[in-house]
Amino acid sequence: MIELYLLLIFMIIGAIVAVEIRSLLSSVVAVGVVGFALCVVFFILRAPDVAITQLIVEIIALVILIRVTGIKRDVTEMRGEQRELITQGVSVGAVIALAVFFFLAIRLLPEFGKPLMSLSKDYFSPLIKSGAINRVASVLLDFRAYDTLGEATVLFTAVVGAIAILRKRGRKKVEEEDREE
Amino acid sequence: MKEGMTVIVKTITRFVGVMIMLFGVYIVLHGHLSPGGGFAGGVLLASGFILLTLAFGKDVSLKILPQWLASALESVGALIFLGMALLGFAGGFFFLNLLPKGEAGELMSAGIIPLCNIGIGIKVGAALFAVFMVLIMLRIRPGKEE
Amino acid sequence: MVYFLCFLLFLIGLYCIVTKKNLLKIIIGLVIVEYAVNLFLVLLGYKTGGHAPIINLAAPDWIYVDPLPQALVLTSIVIGLAVLALVVAIAMRIYERYGTFDITQIRKLRG
Repeated sequence: MIELYLLLIFMIIGAIVAVEIRSLLSSVVAVGVVGFALCVVFFILRAPDVAITQLIVEIIALVILIRVTGIKRDVTEMRGEQRELITQGVSVGAVIALAVFFFLAIRLLPEFGKPLMSLSKDYFSPLIKSGAINRVASVLLDFRAYDTLGEATVLFTAVVGAIAILRKRGRKKVEEEDREE
Repeated sequence: MKEGMTVIVKTITRFVGVMIMLFGVYIVLHGHLSPGGGFAGGVLLASGFILLTLAFGKDVSLKILPQWLASALESVGALIFLGMALLGFAGGFFFLNLLPKGEAGELMSAGIIPLCNIGIGIKVGAALFAVFMVLIMLRIRPGKEE
Repeated sequence: MVYFLCFLLFLIGLYCIVTKKNLLKIIIGLVIVEYAVNLFLVLLGYKTGGHAPIINLAAPDWIYVDPLPQALVLTSIVIGLAVLALVVAIAMRIYERYGTFDITQIRKLRG
C-alpha cells in the first residue's frame, strides 16, 4: 500500500500549504489539489461511488470558493498584529491535548485491513436478497433507507437556509424608507 | 462587459454541456448495477447546468430553468422519495421493498431502488443548481449600511 | 499508521479554524476537517485483498470491502457541499454589512 501512504503525505503537505500561505486564491487552489488527491485515494481504497461524488463536489466547491474570494479587490490576507498571545497559546495547547487523546485512542481501533463488519455480515448473508448488484446502493436505499430520508431532510434545510439568507430585501424595509422621506 | 466567456468556451460547451447532463441521467438510472446512484448522478446534473451558466451568462440558463422551477423540482424529488417510502405501507412496513425483484443484473430489477434513485437525483440536482444561482445573483455593496 | 496520517490532516484543519483571523481561511479549515473525517470513515471499512462492492455474477467467491461506511460517506459528502454553500452565504452577508472579513472587527452585535 505504498501508494496510499505517498498520497496521504502529499495531502498533508497540500493542507499545510493551504493553511499557511498568505494569498487567498493560492490557498483555494491548494484545497482543490487536496480534494483531487482524496478522490484518487478513494479509488485506491476500492470505493468508486464515493470517488465519483467527491470529484464532482470538489469542482463545485472550488467554483463557490473562487466566487467568494473574488469579492475583495485585493486577494491577500490582512497583515496586522497577531491575536493576543494568551489566546493563541491556549488554543494551540487545546489542539495539542486533543492530539494526545487521539493517539491514545488509536490503539483501540481494529488493525487496518481487517474490519469487524459486524453489521455487513448480516446484510449480505445468502438468505437476504435485495436484488441489486451494487451493494452500496442496496445498503443506502433498502437496508438503511431511514438514514437517506434524514439526509434528504438535511439537504433541503441547508438549501432553504442558504436561499433565505440571500434573498433581496423584504418589503417592510422599503416601505420604511419611503415613509421617512 | 460581455456576458459569458470567449467563443472557444461557448462552442465547446454547446457539445459538452448536454453530454454531461446525459451522463448524469445514465448514472442515476443505472444506480443499482454500476457505481453511482442518486447522489453522484444528481451532482453531475447540477454541474452540467453550472457549466452552462459559467459559459453563457446567467440569463441563458435562467431561461432554460427559472428559479421557481428549480425550487419546485426539488420538492417534487423529495415527494417522489417519500411516495416510494409510503408505498411500503401496502406491504406492512415503512420503506418495504415490495415491487417485484427481477433477475439480478437486469435494468428492471431490485424493487423500489431505481425509483428512489430517480427521486433523489432530481432533488439533489435541482437543490444544488438553485443554491448556485442564488449565490451568483447577489450583488455586493460593501460598507456599513444605514 | 494510516490512522495517524488521517488524524494529522484533521488536526491541521482544526488548527486553521482555531488560530486564523480571516473568515475565508476559517472556511478553508472547515473544508479540510470535512475531508479528513470522510477519509477516516472509508479507511475503517477497507479489507485487504477486497474488491469494490459491486457483485460480480461470474465470480461468486470474491471478497468485498465493507459497503456500510461508503454509504455513510456518500451522503456526508453531498451534505458537506450544502453546508459550504450556507456558510459562504453567511460570509457574503457579513462582508456586505461590515466591509471586512477580519473577525476581530466584527464584534458589534446590533439588536
